[in-house]
Amino acid sequence: MLSHGMKQTGNISLHHLSGIVLAVLNPWVAIGIVLLLAFFASYMNALSWADLTYVLPATSLGYVLLALVAKFALHEQVSPMRWVGIALISGGVGFVAGGPALTSHEHPASPPFDSAQGKLAAKDVARNGAPAEAEEVVSSGVQQ
Amino acid sequence: MKGAYTWGGILVIVFASVVGDILLARAMKQVGDVHTLWERSGLWAVVASVFGNSNFFLGVTAMAVAFFSLLFALSWGDVSLVAPAAASLTFIGNAFAAKIFLHEKVDRRRWVAALLVAAGVALLAG
Repeated sequence: MLSHGMKQTGNISLHHLSGIVLAVLNPWVAIGIVLLLAFFASYMNALSWADLTYVLPATSLGYVLLALVAKFALHEQVSPMRWVGIALISGGVGFVAGGPALTSHEHPASPPFDSAQGKLAAKDVARNGAPAEAEEVVSSGVQQ
Repeated sequence: MKGAYTWGGILVIVFASVVGDILLARAMKQVGDVHTLWERSGLWAVVASVFGNSNFFLGVTAMAVAFFSLLFALSWGDVSLVAPAAASLTFIGNAFAAKIFLHEKVDRRRWVAALLVAAGVALLAG
């Protein structure tokens, strides 16, 4: 999401302005900076309750969105190779979203979620901010 | 010779951004769940504990190093090589580093996801 705003901003500022001080005053650049800060804040927030190897693939959805915006809003040509790339990223994100969001250090031997449960747990965490660990402890407790 | 410079630059970018990601992730794990902290103590407590964390500043510094080495590498090599190579190798490097340094359980599902995303990014940016 963010990279799209930033890239647009970067191009616009390069075309219209020469000085970097003036560039900050450009509303597009200002919007870009604010969006980038918003991205960083939400990235930090996500890292506070989920694993790095969970958050990173999810942020890569930004690449997919960028390509879709380029296609439908900017009417750019998206080559078949890029569609394959979009499919691979989406597949990867879907794969990781099916798993648990946070490594449970208390129960390293506990079995991984099946995909339906994992998604529920992830949504639960997103909504309530409740750590996924509790969920996993409960599920492994049931199985023992 | 130019190729060696370019790949050296790519390796520096990947190394710096992996270090940055690991440090930032560790910092936020030390801070704890931002949502609960916010509810309990307010926004300023969150800001204070993030900015009071030394790992956070080291991570941001590493990210800045990654950004400037990207600029250097772009002056040596083509953007169509440097950008996708650096981005997709960072995903793979992060999976290794998260397993080793953050002790995250990187199971087969996450390995497949990291490889798929890395391949996808390489195709998209290439």
